[in-house]
Amino acid sequence: MMTPLLVLEGVHTDIGAYHILHGVDLVVPRGQLTMLLGRNGAGKTTTLRTIMGLWRASAGHIKFAGSDITAMSTPQISALDIAYVPETMGIFSDLTVKENMLLAARRAKRASDMDDTRLKWIFTLFPAVEKFWSHPAGKLSGGQKQMLAVARAIIEPRELLIVDEPSKGLAPAIINNMIDAFAELKRGGVTILLVEQNINFAKRLGDTVAVMDDGRVVHSGSMQALAEDENLQRTLLGLSL
Amino acid sequence: MKQTDFDWKPLALVPVLALIALPLVGSGSNWLTLTVAGLAMGMIIFIIASGLTLVFGLMDVLNFGHGVFIALGAFVATSVLGAMGDWTGSQELWRNLVAVFPAMLIAMLVAGAVGLAFERFIVRPVYGQHLKQILITMGGMIIGEELIKVIWGPQQIPLPLPEGMRGAVLVGDAAVEKFRLVAVVVGLAVFGGLAWVLGRTKIGLLIRAGVQDREMVESLGYRIRRLFVGVFVVGSALAGLGGVMWGMYQQNVIAQMGAQVNVLIFIVIIIGGLGSTGGALIGALLVGLMANYTGFLAPKVALFSNIGLMAVVLLWRPQGVYPVANR
Repeated sequence: MMTPLLVLEGVHTDIGAYHILHGVDLVVPRGQLTMLLGRNGAGKTTTLRTIMGLWRASAGHIKFAGSDITAMSTPQISALDIAYVPETMGIFSDLTVKENMLLAARRAKRASDMDDTRLKWIFTLFPAVEKFWSHPAGKLSGGQKQMLAVARAIIEPRELLIVDEPSKGLAPAIINNMIDAFAELKRGGVTILLVEQNINFAKRLGDTVAVMDDGRVVHSGSMQALAEDENLQRTLLGLSL
Repeated sequence: MKQTDFDWKPLALVPVLALIALPLVGSGSNWLTLTVAGLAMGMIIFIIASGLTLVFGLMDVLNFGHGVFIALGAFVATSVLGAMGDWTGSQELWRNLVAVFPAMLIAMLVAGAVGLAFERFIVRPVYGQHLKQILITMGGMIIGEELIKVIWGPQQIPLPLPEGMRGAVLVGDAAVEKFRLVAVVVGLAVFGGLAWVLGRTKIGLLIRAGVQDREMVESLGYRIRRLFVGVFVVGSALAGLGGVMWGMYQQNVIAQMGAQVNVLIFIVIIIGGLGSTGGALIGALLVGLMANYTGFLAPKVALFSNIGLMAVVLLWRPQGVYPVANR
């Protein structure tokens, strides 16, 4: 049994008058890739935003490496080496690719301060980042922006990488590139929590899986078991996937 | 894909407006005088507006109380320059500058310090609530104006130009007032400083990123609130500096002077694109030129002309001349 890195216990989140999460229980084991699946509106994005402190949990606890982070601010959570790639990618369109990367390298004051070895490794994962280094990020294609968003998240070593729907709207070739990159990160020991709608993407990468519905986790277990059980897939995820 | 995709069209608006005005004004010397006056006025408005546009861009805060820092800066200058009469009365420009520089510095320090308190006690409780922001910042400005009257008195106070900055230099047949040249130099220095900080430093990078997507900046581990407080204080200090320049431009100060300039500032930041300092510079120069040309050609439509200018620019670019992405 792997030790848990991130644990959510009975987390509730309200956004204005709406009660979105109804007691989420989730365990993300250290060093594994956990897929968070579910239909649209199931509460996946809200769960990620609540973990990052972008929306406050109204009840329950979020623990990271044994410490309670429920009441921490987003910058404090990020300082624990938790990186987040939102569904919108969060690219700063008016800045260049280099400037986007420099912002994420928190200890670097200028581009020359960034870790050269790590940068070269990132360039091998995402060649587009190197190719368009001095270009405005707003001019990149959707796939290139997604690569930049993930590259930015890993410019510094991270304990946990949280990514919201990385395959959304991407061409199959780009999706394969993303799968290779996440597999490489996993081999490097990074713990990853990934929200996904694409079941094939999930099957190829996931170690463990949690399925959400109506603001709760309704199933958790190994990805392999879910991938091999079509009836369970149909029951939990419907045919939309 | 081009590496640099600079949008030059808004920049071209300034010479285009000046060239359109040339045949209307008729005399080349009058046109040059008006153009330099317009650029000087534009630079002073830019100094005031640059901080306000960043405050709005970074935290969506509508600060209608910005004018109080303008008045405060101008009144502080009356006290400092009044105490340095020997220096301001000298015919030598360097002695005048020795007096004006500490007046600017102290005005900026006082306006910045009051800005810090203004952010803490007036703006912070109403983050994310635009209607309350408008009401409470306007209320804050009224209170600020009344406090200025308590300290300096309710009457208009003269702020005469130092001796060496009075008069004009002749460029051909055109008379160009010396102070307007000083205003252009100070404005360019402020723009250069802001451009350097925003374009060449990590803090500047954070401000530009925060204007686009503050939530993502926080997710990367930066405390945007601290950054905002810093920008608010610097914006207030720049408004104080602008107040010194505006007071010297008008050669007198009243407690309501900030409120009078407020309309022009908001026209400038809307023309420029909310959150864009480059856009604020273009907007300020256009407003300054338009005010001077129409003031000469048709004084009765001078204020309307700037509102008309804003309407025309927004019909062309509804988000302003340099819209900030992601907003």
